[in-house]
Amino acid sequence: MRYGTGAEVLRDLDFRLANGGFYFLTGPSGAGKTSLLQLLYLARRPTRGRIQLFGQDLTDAPRDVLPDYRRRIGVVFQDFRLIRHLSAFDNVALPLRITGKSDAELEGPVREMLAWVGLADRASARPPTLSGGEQQRVAIARAVISQPELLVADEPTGNVDAEMAARLLHLFTALNRLGTTVVVATHDIGLIARTPGAQLIRLEKGSLTDPTGGLRNPPPSPVQVR
Amino acid sequence: MNFLTGTEAERRLLPGGTVRSPTPYVIAIMTFAMMIVASAGLALANAAGIVAGAVENRYVLQLSDGGKLDAAVRAALATPGVAGVEPVPEAEMRKTLEKWLGPAGLGEDLPVPALVHLELAPGAQLDRVRAGLARAVPGARFIAEQATVQPLLGSLRALRWLAVALVLLMALATSAAVVLAARGALDTHRSTIEIMHGIGATDEQVALLFQRKIALDAMVGALAGGLIAALALLLIGGGGLAMASDLAGGPPLGGGDFLLLALLPVAAVVLATLVARFAVLSALHKVI
Repeated sequence: MRYGTGAEVLRDLDFRLANGGFYFLTGPSGAGKTSLLQLLYLARRPTRGRIQLFGQDLTDAPRDVLPDYRRRIGVVFQDFRLIRHLSAFDNVALPLRITGKSDAELEGPVREMLAWVGLADRASARPPTLSGGEQQRVAIARAVISQPELLVADEPTGNVDAEMAARLLHLFTALNRLGTTVVVATHDIGLIARTPGAQLIRLEKGSLTDPTGGLRNPPPSPVQVR
Repeated sequence: MNFLTGTEAERRLLPGGTVRSPTPYVIAIMTFAMMIVASAGLALANAAGIVAGAVENRYVLQLSDGGKLDAAVRAALATPGVAGVEPVPEAEMRKTLEKWLGPAGLGEDLPVPALVHLELAPGAQLDRVRAGLARAVPGARFIAEQATVQPLLGSLRALRWLAVALVLLMALATSAAVVLAARGALDTHRSTIEIMHGIGATDEQVALLFQRKIALDAMVGALAGGLIAALALLLIGGGGLAMASDLAGGPPLGGGDFLLLALLPVAAVVLATLVARFAVLSALHKVI
Protein backbone atom coordinates (compact mmCIF):
# COMPACT_ATOMS: atom_id res chain seq x y z
CA MET A 1 0.00 0.00 0.00
CA ARG A 2 1.17 3.50 -0.74
CA TYR A 3 -0.20 7.01 -0.18
CA GLY A 4 -0.54 8.83 -3.48
CA THR A 5 2.71 8.60 -5.41
CA GLY A 6 4.84 8.09 -2.29
CA ALA A 7 6.86 5.04 -1.38
CA GLU A 8 5.12 1.84 -0.37
CA VAL A 9 4.34 1.88 3.35
CA LEU A 10 3.22 -1.76 3.41
CA ARG A 11 4.46 -4.54 1.16
CA ASP A 12 4.58 -8.31 0.91
CA LEU A 13 2.11 -8.84 3.75
CA ASP A 14 0.45 -12.21 3.78
CA PHE A 15 -1.36 -13.36 6.89
CA ARG A 16 -4.69 -14.58 8.19
CA LEU A 17 -6.41 -13.70 11.43
CA ALA A 18 -8.29 -16.51 13.10
CA ASN A 19 -11.92 -15.94 13.89
CA GLY A 20 -12.01 -15.16 17.61
CA GLY A 21 -8.26 -14.62 17.83
CA PHE A 22 -6.49 -11.97 19.89
CA TYR A 23 -3.61 -10.21 18.17
CA PHE A 24 -1.14 -7.56 19.14
CA LEU A 25 0.35 -5.53 16.33
CA THR A 26 3.74 -4.16 17.25
CA GLY A 27 6.65 -2.50 15.61
CA PRO A 28 8.63 0.71 15.74
CA SER A 29 7.05 4.05 14.91
CA GLY A 30 6.61 4.41 11.16
CA ALA A 31 6.56 0.66 10.61
CA GLY A 32 3.10 0.85 9.07
CA LYS A 33 0.92 -0.29 11.99
CA THR A 34 -1.70 2.43 11.54
CA SER A 35 -1.74 1.90 7.77
CA LEU A 36 -2.31 -1.82 8.28
CA LEU A 37 -5.12 -1.10 10.74
CA GLN A 38 -6.67 1.32 8.21
CA LEU A 39 -6.75 -1.52 5.70
CA LEU A 40 -8.38 -3.72 8.33
CA TYR A 41 -11.12 -1.27 9.23
CA LEU A 42 -11.74 -0.43 5.56
CA ALA A 43 -10.64 3.19 5.71
CA ARG A 44 -8.27 2.56 2.78
CA ARG A 45 -7.96 0.19 -0.11
CA PRO A 46 -4.69 -1.58 -0.92
CA THR A 47 -2.93 -0.15 -3.97
CA ARG A 48 -2.04 -3.71 -4.91
CA GLY A 49 -2.72 -7.14 -3.48
CA ARG A 50 -5.96 -8.34 -1.96
CA ILE A 51 -7.80 -7.98 1.32
CA GLN A 52 -10.50 -10.34 2.53
CA LEU A 53 -12.74 -9.71 5.52
CA PHE A 54 -15.55 -11.86 6.84
CA GLY A 55 -14.99 -14.31 3.99
CA GLN A 56 -15.43 -11.65 1.31
CA ASP A 57 -12.85 -10.17 -0.99
CA LEU A 58 -13.28 -6.45 -0.35
CA THR A 59 -10.33 -5.19 -2.38
CA ASP A 60 -12.49 -3.74 -5.13
CA ALA A 61 -15.85 -3.96 -3.36
CA PRO A 62 -18.25 -1.21 -4.38
CA ARG A 63 -18.28 1.55 -1.78
CA ASP A 64 -21.97 1.12 -1.07
CA VAL A 65 -21.38 -2.36 0.42
CA LEU A 66 -18.61 -1.16 2.74
CA PRO A 67 -20.86 0.37 5.46
CA ASP A 68 -22.35 -3.07 6.18
CA TYR A 69 -18.87 -4.46 6.80
CA ARG A 70 -17.74 -1.40 8.75
CA ARG A 71 -20.66 -1.91 11.14
CA ARG A 72 -19.18 -5.31 11.99
CA ILE A 73 -15.89 -3.67 12.96
CA GLY A 74 -15.21 -1.62 16.08
CA VAL A 75 -12.38 0.88 15.80
CA VAL A 76 -10.43 2.70 18.49
CA PHE A 77 -8.56 5.41 16.66
CA GLN A 78 -5.16 6.57 17.86
CA ASP A 79 -6.45 10.16 17.98
CA PHE A 80 -9.81 9.00 19.43
CA ARG A 81 -11.82 10.79 16.72
CA LEU A 82 -14.67 11.75 18.95
CA ILE A 83 -17.21 14.22 17.66
CA ARG A 84 -16.33 17.30 19.65
CA HIS A 85 -19.78 18.85 19.80
CA LEU A 86 -21.52 15.66 20.96
CA SER A 87 -21.66 14.49 24.55
CA ALA A 88 -19.85 11.33 25.65
CA PHE A 89 -23.25 9.63 25.66
CA ASP A 90 -24.02 10.65 22.06
CA ASN A 91 -20.54 9.65 20.90
CA VAL A 92 -20.92 6.18 22.37
CA ALA A 93 -24.49 5.89 21.07
CA LEU A 94 -23.54 6.83 17.50
CA PRO A 95 -22.85 3.28 16.16
CA LEU A 96 -26.19 2.11 17.55
CA ARG A 97 -28.03 5.10 16.09
CA ILE A 98 -26.45 4.41 12.70
CA THR A 99 -27.85 0.88 12.80
CA GLY A 100 -31.30 2.34 13.48
CA LYS A 101 -31.68 1.75 17.23
CA SER A 102 -34.16 4.06 18.91
CA ASP A 103 -33.24 6.26 21.88
CA ALA A 104 -35.19 3.91 24.17
CA GLU A 105 -33.29 0.88 22.89
CA LEU A 106 -29.83 2.38 23.21
CA GLU A 107 -30.22 4.27 26.50
CA GLY A 108 -29.51 1.23 28.71
CA PRO A 109 -26.56 -0.26 26.82
CA VAL A 110 -24.85 3.12 26.45
CA ARG A 111 -25.21 3.97 30.16
CA GLU A 112 -23.93 0.52 31.04
CA MET A 113 -20.95 0.85 28.73
CA LEU A 114 -20.09 4.31 30.09
CA ALA A 115 -20.26 2.89 33.61
CA TRP A 116 -17.95 0.06 32.55
CA VAL A 117 -15.29 2.46 31.36
CA GLY A 118 -15.75 4.55 34.50
CA LEU A 119 -17.49 7.51 32.87
CA ALA A 120 -21.06 7.12 34.15
CA ASP A 121 -20.97 10.57 35.70
CA ARG A 122 -19.40 12.16 32.60
CA ALA A 123 -22.11 11.07 30.15
CA SER A 124 -23.15 14.59 29.25
CA ALA A 125 -19.61 15.99 29.05
CA ARG A 126 -18.26 16.95 25.67
CA PRO A 127 -14.83 15.68 24.52
CA PRO A 128 -13.00 19.02 24.86
CA THR A 129 -13.88 18.99 28.57
CA LEU A 130 -12.63 15.42 29.05
CA SER A 131 -9.04 14.44 29.83
CA GLY A 132 -7.04 12.43 27.28
CA GLY A 133 -7.66 9.24 29.22
CA GLU A 134 -11.37 9.92 29.47
CA GLN A 135 -11.58 10.61 25.74
CA GLN A 136 -9.79 7.36 25.07
CA ARG A 137 -12.29 5.47 27.21
CA VAL A 138 -15.19 7.09 25.37
CA ALA A 139 -13.56 6.03 22.09
CA ILE A 140 -13.21 2.48 23.37
CA ALA A 141 -16.81 2.42 24.60
CA ARG A 142 -17.95 3.60 21.16
CA ALA A 143 -15.89 0.89 19.46
CA VAL A 144 -17.26 -1.98 21.52
CA ILE A 145 -20.87 -0.85 22.14
CA SER A 146 -22.21 -2.76 19.15
CA GLN A 147 -20.26 -5.92 20.04
CA PRO A 148 -18.34 -5.98 16.77
CA GLU A 149 -17.05 -9.16 15.15
CA LEU A 150 -13.66 -7.49 14.68
CA LEU A 151 -12.20 -4.92 17.08
CA VAL A 152 -9.28 -2.86 15.83
CA ALA A 153 -7.57 -0.63 18.36
CA ASP A 154 -4.68 1.72 17.70
CA GLU A 155 -2.72 2.33 20.92
CA PRO A 156 -5.87 2.04 23.05
CA THR A 157 -4.07 2.36 26.38
CA GLY A 158 -1.66 5.10 25.42
CA ASN A 159 -3.35 7.77 27.52
CA VAL A 160 -4.63 5.84 30.53
CA ASP A 161 -3.02 4.80 33.79
CA ALA A 162 -1.96 1.22 34.47
CA GLU A 163 -5.12 0.41 36.39
CA MET A 164 -7.39 1.65 33.60
CA ALA A 165 -5.19 -0.09 31.00
CA ALA A 166 -5.72 -3.37 32.82
CA ARG A 167 -9.45 -2.69 33.02
CA LEU A 168 -9.66 -1.95 29.29
CA LEU A 169 -7.61 -5.02 28.47
CA HIS A 170 -10.07 -6.99 30.54
CA LEU A 171 -12.88 -5.51 28.43
CA PHE A 172 -11.10 -6.55 25.24
CA THR A 173 -10.48 -10.09 26.48
CA ALA A 174 -14.11 -10.36 27.64
CA LEU A 175 -15.23 -9.33 24.17
CA ASN A 176 -12.75 -11.75 22.67
CA ARG A 177 -14.19 -14.58 24.76
CA LEU A 178 -17.59 -13.71 23.29
CA GLY A 179 -16.13 -14.32 19.82
CA THR A 180 -14.81 -10.92 18.77
CA THR A 181 -11.51 -11.00 16.91
CA VAL A 182 -9.28 -8.37 18.49
CA VAL A 183 -6.31 -6.61 16.89
CA VAL A 184 -4.52 -4.15 19.14
CA ALA A 185 -1.63 -2.01 17.91
CA THR A 186 0.56 -1.19 20.89
CA HIS A 187 4.04 -0.47 22.15
CA ASP A 188 3.01 -1.58 25.65
CA ILE A 189 4.98 -4.76 26.32
CA GLY A 190 3.22 -5.11 29.69
CA LEU A 191 -0.13 -5.26 27.95
CA ILE A 192 1.10 -8.03 25.68
CA ALA A 193 2.57 -9.93 28.59
CA ARG A 194 -0.74 -9.79 30.48
CA THR A 195 -2.63 -11.42 27.61
CA PRO A 196 -1.81 -15.12 27.44
CA GLY A 197 -2.78 -16.77 24.19
CA ALA A 198 -2.56 -13.57 22.19
CA GLN A 199 -0.51 -13.70 19.04
CA LEU A 200 1.96 -11.13 17.90
CA ILE A 201 2.16 -9.48 14.51
CA ARG A 202 5.33 -7.48 14.16
CA LEU A 203 5.84 -4.95 11.42
CA GLU A 204 9.14 -3.42 10.42
CA LYS A 205 9.50 -1.00 7.52
CA GLY A 206 6.15 -2.05 6.18
CA SER A 207 6.84 -5.76 6.14
CA LEU A 208 5.87 -8.55 8.45
CA THR A 209 8.42 -10.12 10.77
CA ASP A 210 7.44 -13.11 12.84
CA PRO A 211 9.33 -13.23 16.11
CA THR A 212 7.02 -15.69 17.82
CA GLY A 213 6.08 -18.02 15.03
CA GLY A 214 2.57 -17.62 16.25
CA LEU A 215 1.22 -16.70 12.86
CA ARG A 216 3.02 -19.40 10.95
CA ASN A 217 0.18 -21.92 11.07
CA PRO A 218 -2.94 -19.99 11.96
CA PRO A 219 -6.34 -21.68 12.07
CA PRO A 220 -8.76 -21.10 9.17
CA SER A 221 -10.31 -17.71 9.50
CA PRO A 222 -12.96 -15.50 7.94
CA VAL A 223 -10.66 -12.57 8.64
CA GLN A 224 -7.86 -12.54 6.15
CA VAL A 225 -5.38 -9.98 5.03
CA ARG A 226 -3.17 -10.74 2.12
CA MET B 1 -42.00 17.06 11.67
CA ASN B 2 -39.17 14.63 12.46
CA PHE B 3 -39.17 13.61 8.81
CA LEU B 4 -38.35 17.19 7.91
CA THR B 5 -36.00 18.13 10.71
CA GLY B 6 -34.66 14.73 11.79
CA THR B 7 -34.48 13.52 15.36
CA GLU B 8 -32.97 15.62 18.09
CA ALA B 9 -29.88 13.40 18.06
CA GLU B 10 -29.52 13.90 14.30
CA ARG B 11 -29.84 17.64 14.70
CA ARG B 12 -27.08 17.56 17.31
CA LEU B 13 -24.74 15.94 14.77
CA LEU B 14 -24.69 19.07 12.60
CA PRO B 15 -24.87 22.02 14.96
CA GLY B 16 -25.27 25.61 13.79
CA GLY B 17 -28.51 27.54 13.68
CA THR B 18 -30.33 28.64 10.55
CA VAL B 19 -29.76 32.37 11.12
CA ARG B 20 -26.00 31.89 11.24
CA SER B 21 -25.89 30.28 7.80
CA PRO B 22 -25.88 32.48 4.67
CA THR B 23 -28.13 30.02 2.81
CA PRO B 24 -31.50 31.34 4.07
CA TYR B 25 -30.51 34.90 3.19
CA VAL B 26 -29.38 33.96 -0.32
CA ILE B 27 -32.54 31.94 -0.91
CA ALA B 28 -34.72 34.75 0.49
CA ILE B 29 -33.17 37.26 -1.92
CA MET B 30 -33.43 34.87 -4.87
CA THR B 31 -37.04 33.97 -4.08
CA PHE B 32 -37.95 37.65 -3.74
CA ALA B 33 -36.31 38.50 -7.09
CA MET B 34 -37.81 35.45 -8.81
CA MET B 35 -41.31 36.35 -7.66
CA ILE B 36 -41.02 39.98 -8.74
CA VAL B 37 -39.60 39.07 -12.16
CA ALA B 38 -42.13 36.26 -12.61
CA SER B 39 -45.04 38.54 -11.74
CA ALA B 40 -43.77 41.12 -14.24
CA GLY B 41 -43.46 38.40 -16.88
CA LEU B 42 -46.95 37.11 -16.16
CA ALA B 43 -48.42 40.62 -16.28
CA LEU B 44 -46.73 41.22 -19.64
CA ALA B 45 -48.00 37.91 -20.97
CA ASN B 46 -51.53 38.81 -19.84
CA ALA B 47 -51.26 42.26 -21.39
CA ALA B 48 -50.12 40.72 -24.68
CA GLY B 49 -53.03 38.29 -24.50
CA ILE B 50 -55.52 41.10 -23.83
CA VAL B 51 -54.18 43.24 -26.68
CA ALA B 52 -54.11 40.28 -29.10
CA GLY B 53 -57.63 39.25 -28.05
CA ALA B 54 -58.96 42.77 -28.47
CA VAL B 55 -57.80 43.07 -32.08
CA GLU B 56 -58.24 39.44 -33.05
CA ASN B 57 -61.32 40.00 -35.30
CA ARG B 58 -60.79 43.64 -36.05
CA TYR B 59 -59.83 44.92 -39.50
CA VAL B 60 -59.54 48.29 -41.18
CA LEU B 61 -60.75 49.22 -44.61
CA GLN B 62 -58.53 52.00 -45.89
CA LEU B 63 -59.78 54.20 -48.73
CA SER B 64 -57.50 56.70 -50.44
CA ASP B 65 -60.56 58.63 -51.62
CA GLY B 66 -62.67 59.79 -48.67
CA GLY B 67 -65.62 60.37 -50.99
CA LYS B 68 -66.16 56.64 -51.22
CA LEU B 69 -66.76 56.28 -47.50
CA ASP B 70 -70.55 55.88 -47.65
CA ALA B 71 -70.31 53.33 -50.42
CA ALA B 72 -67.71 51.42 -48.46
CA VAL B 73 -69.86 51.40 -45.33
CA ARG B 74 -72.88 50.14 -47.27
CA ALA B 75 -70.78 47.43 -48.95
CA ALA B 76 -69.31 46.37 -45.62
CA LEU B 77 -72.73 46.14 -43.98
CA ALA B 78 -73.93 44.01 -46.86
CA THR B 79 -70.96 41.64 -46.75
CA PRO B 80 -71.69 38.35 -44.97
CA GLY B 81 -69.42 37.77 -41.97
CA VAL B 82 -69.05 41.45 -41.07
CA ALA B 83 -70.53 41.91 -37.58
CA GLY B 84 -69.73 45.57 -37.00
CA VAL B 85 -68.88 48.61 -39.10
CA GLU B 86 -67.53 51.82 -37.61
CA PRO B 87 -66.43 54.59 -39.99
CA VAL B 88 -63.91 57.08 -38.66
CA PRO B 89 -65.47 60.57 -38.98
CA GLU B 90 -63.76 62.92 -41.43
CA ALA B 91 -63.25 65.51 -38.67
CA GLU B 92 -61.28 63.00 -36.66
CA MET B 93 -59.18 62.11 -39.69
CA ARG B 94 -58.44 65.78 -40.27
CA LYS B 95 -57.48 66.21 -36.60
CA THR B 96 -55.01 63.40 -37.04
CA LEU B 97 -53.66 64.94 -40.20
CA GLU B 98 -53.29 68.27 -38.43
CA LYS B 99 -50.87 66.65 -36.00
CA TRP B 100 -48.63 65.79 -38.93
CA LEU B 101 -49.26 68.60 -41.39
CA GLY B 102 -50.21 71.49 -39.13
CA PRO B 103 -53.11 73.82 -40.06
CA ALA B 104 -52.75 72.68 -43.69
CA GLY B 105 -54.23 69.37 -42.60
CA LEU B 106 -57.55 71.10 -41.97
CA GLY B 107 -57.77 72.61 -45.47
CA GLU B 108 -60.89 71.74 -47.40
CA ASP B 109 -58.89 71.29 -50.58
CA LEU B 110 -56.75 68.55 -49.07
CA PRO B 111 -58.10 65.12 -50.07
CA VAL B 112 -58.56 63.10 -46.91
CA PRO B 113 -58.42 59.31 -46.94
CA ALA B 114 -61.15 57.41 -45.11
CA LEU B 115 -60.96 54.56 -42.59
CA VAL B 116 -63.66 52.09 -41.66
CA HIS B 117 -63.19 49.79 -38.66
CA LEU B 118 -64.70 46.37 -39.27
CA GLU B 119 -65.39 43.65 -36.77
CA LEU B 120 -65.80 40.21 -38.23
CA ALA B 121 -68.18 37.68 -36.75
CA PRO B 122 -66.50 34.67 -35.09
CA GLY B 123 -65.92 32.02 -37.73
CA ALA B 124 -66.28 34.46 -40.61
CA GLN B 125 -64.41 33.42 -43.74
CA LEU B 126 -61.78 36.07 -44.12
CA ASP B 127 -61.05 35.39 -47.81
CA ARG B 128 -64.70 35.77 -48.75
CA VAL B 129 -65.02 39.02 -46.80
CA ARG B 130 -61.83 40.36 -48.38
CA ALA B 131 -62.98 39.36 -51.90
CA GLY B 132 -66.48 40.80 -51.34
CA LEU B 133 -65.11 44.16 -50.21
CA ALA B 134 -62.56 44.25 -53.01
CA ARG B 135 -65.40 43.82 -55.52
CA ALA B 136 -67.62 46.43 -53.84
CA VAL B 137 -64.91 49.03 -53.14
CA PRO B 138 -62.13 48.60 -55.71
CA GLY B 139 -58.77 49.99 -54.62
CA ALA B 140 -59.56 49.84 -50.87
CA ARG B 141 -56.96 48.24 -48.60
CA PHE B 142 -58.13 45.60 -46.17
CA ILE B 143 -55.73 45.54 -43.16
CA ALA B 144 -55.80 43.30 -40.08
CA GLU B 145 -55.38 45.41 -36.90
CA GLN B 146 -53.33 42.55 -35.48
CA ALA B 147 -50.68 43.31 -38.09
CA THR B 148 -50.57 46.91 -36.87
CA VAL B 149 -49.96 45.94 -33.25
CA GLN B 150 -47.68 43.03 -34.13
CA PRO B 151 -44.45 44.90 -33.15
CA LEU B 152 -45.98 45.69 -29.74
CA LEU B 153 -47.12 42.09 -29.28
CA GLY B 154 -43.69 40.88 -30.36
CA SER B 155 -42.01 43.11 -27.76
CA LEU B 156 -44.40 41.99 -25.03
CA ARG B 157 -43.78 38.32 -25.87
CA ALA B 158 -40.01 38.88 -25.96
CA LEU B 159 -40.18 40.55 -22.54
CA ARG B 160 -42.23 37.61 -21.21
CA TRP B 161 -39.57 35.15 -22.38
CA LEU B 162 -36.90 37.41 -20.96
CA ALA B 163 -38.68 37.16 -17.60
CA VAL B 164 -38.80 33.35 -17.92
CA ALA B 165 -35.08 33.31 -18.73
CA LEU B 166 -34.34 35.55 -15.74
CA VAL B 167 -36.32 33.29 -13.41
CA LEU B 168 -34.40 30.28 -14.75
CA LEU B 169 -31.08 32.10 -14.34
CA MET B 170 -31.99 32.98 -10.76
CA ALA B 171 -32.92 29.36 -10.13
CA LEU B 172 -29.52 28.42 -11.52
CA ALA B 173 -27.81 30.98 -9.27
CA THR B 174 -29.78 29.61 -6.30
CA SER B 175 -28.58 26.10 -7.18
CA ALA B 176 -24.99 27.33 -7.39
CA ALA B 177 -25.34 29.02 -3.99
CA VAL B 178 -26.76 25.81 -2.52
CA VAL B 179 -23.89 23.76 -3.98
CA LEU B 180 -21.40 26.17 -2.37
CA ALA B 181 -23.31 26.03 0.91
CA ALA B 182 -23.37 22.22 0.80
CA ARG B 183 -19.64 22.06 0.07
CA GLY B 184 -18.96 24.54 2.85
CA ALA B 185 -21.04 22.49 5.27
CA LEU B 186 -19.21 19.32 4.18
CA ASP B 187 -15.86 21.00 4.82
CA THR B 188 -16.99 22.30 8.21
CA HIS B 189 -18.24 18.88 9.26
CA ARG B 190 -15.58 16.79 7.51
CA SER B 191 -14.35 15.14 10.69
CA THR B 192 -17.89 14.22 11.70
CA ILE B 193 -18.48 12.67 8.28
CA GLU B 194 -15.22 10.70 8.45
CA ILE B 195 -16.14 9.36 11.86
CA MET B 196 -19.64 8.46 10.73
CA HIS B 197 -18.32 6.70 7.64
CA GLY B 198 -15.73 4.93 9.75
CA ILE B 199 -18.36 3.40 11.99
CA GLY B 200 -20.61 2.31 9.17
CA ALA B 201 -22.86 5.23 8.21
CA THR B 202 -24.02 5.08 4.61
CA ASP B 203 -23.79 8.00 2.19
CA GLU B 204 -27.56 8.15 2.31
CA GLN B 205 -27.52 8.67 6.10
CA VAL B 206 -24.88 11.39 5.87
CA ALA B 207 -26.57 13.09 2.89
CA LEU B 208 -29.91 13.11 4.69
CA LEU B 209 -28.42 15.15 7.55
CA PHE B 210 -27.16 17.84 5.18
CA GLN B 211 -30.22 17.66 2.97
CA ARG B 212 -32.50 18.29 5.95
CA LYS B 213 -30.38 21.14 7.21
CA ILE B 214 -30.31 22.89 3.82
CA ALA B 215 -34.01 22.18 3.23
CA LEU B 216 -34.80 23.86 6.54
CA ASP B 217 -32.57 26.83 5.66
CA ALA B 218 -34.21 27.05 2.23
CA MET B 219 -37.67 26.88 3.76
CA VAL B 220 -36.95 29.77 6.11
CA GLY B 221 -35.38 31.79 3.27
CA ALA B 222 -38.11 31.05 0.72
CA LEU B 223 -40.84 31.89 3.21
CA ALA B 224 -39.21 35.21 4.11
CA GLY B 225 -38.44 36.10 0.48
CA GLY B 226 -41.91 35.06 -0.64
CA LEU B 227 -43.64 37.12 2.03
CA ILE B 228 -41.58 40.22 1.27
CA ALA B 229 -42.26 39.79 -2.48
CA ALA B 230 -45.99 39.38 -1.83
CA LEU B 231 -45.96 42.51 0.30
CA ALA B 232 -44.05 44.44 -2.37
CA LEU B 233 -46.46 43.31 -5.10
CA LEU B 234 -49.38 44.30 -2.94
CA LEU B 235 -47.92 47.73 -2.21
CA ILE B 236 -46.70 48.45 -5.74
CA GLY B 237 -49.44 46.77 -7.71
CA GLY B 238 -52.35 47.16 -5.33
CA GLY B 239 -52.99 50.84 -5.95
CA GLY B 240 -52.66 50.64 -9.70
CA LEU B 241 -54.52 47.36 -10.06
CA ALA B 242 -57.93 48.88 -10.81
CA MET B 243 -56.45 51.43 -13.19
CA ALA B 244 -54.41 48.74 -14.94
CA SER B 245 -57.55 46.65 -15.26
CA ASP B 246 -59.42 49.55 -16.87
CA LEU B 247 -56.58 50.41 -19.21
CA ALA B 248 -55.78 46.91 -20.31
CA GLY B 249 -59.31 45.61 -20.30
CA GLY B 250 -58.50 42.92 -17.75
CA PRO B 251 -56.55 42.34 -14.52
CA PRO B 252 -52.76 42.20 -14.96
CA LEU B 253 -52.58 38.99 -12.88
CA GLY B 254 -55.23 36.31 -12.62
CA GLY B 255 -55.95 33.62 -10.01
CA GLY B 256 -53.76 31.09 -11.82
CA ASP B 257 -50.91 33.59 -11.89
CA PHE B 258 -51.12 34.14 -8.13
CA LEU B 259 -51.09 30.37 -7.63
CA LEU B 260 -48.01 30.10 -9.84
CA LEU B 261 -46.29 32.88 -7.88
CA ALA B 262 -47.19 31.18 -4.60
CA LEU B 263 -45.64 27.95 -5.90
CA LEU B 264 -42.30 29.65 -6.64
CA PRO B 265 -41.05 29.58 -3.00
CA VAL B 266 -42.08 25.92 -2.79
CA ALA B 267 -40.17 25.24 -6.01
CA ALA B 268 -37.15 27.06 -4.56
CA VAL B 269 -37.19 24.81 -1.48
CA VAL B 270 -37.56 21.64 -3.55
CA LEU B 271 -34.77 22.77 -5.89
CA ALA B 272 -32.44 23.65 -3.00
CA THR B 273 -33.11 20.31 -1.31
CA LEU B 274 -32.50 18.27 -4.46
CA VAL B 275 -29.37 20.24 -5.37
CA ALA B 276 -28.03 19.85 -1.81
CA ARG B 277 -28.64 16.12 -1.92
CA PHE B 278 -26.93 15.79 -5.29
CA ALA B 279 -23.97 17.96 -4.22
CA VAL B 280 -23.45 16.06 -0.96
CA LEU B 281 -23.77 12.62 -2.53
CA SER B 282 -21.35 13.48 -5.33
CA ALA B 283 -18.86 14.86 -2.81
CA LEU B 284 -19.20 11.74 -0.65
CA HIS B 285 -18.60 9.49 -3.64
CA LYS B 286 -15.09 10.91 -3.88
CA VAL B 287 -14.10 9.40 -0.53
CA ILE B 288 -13.64 5.67 0.02
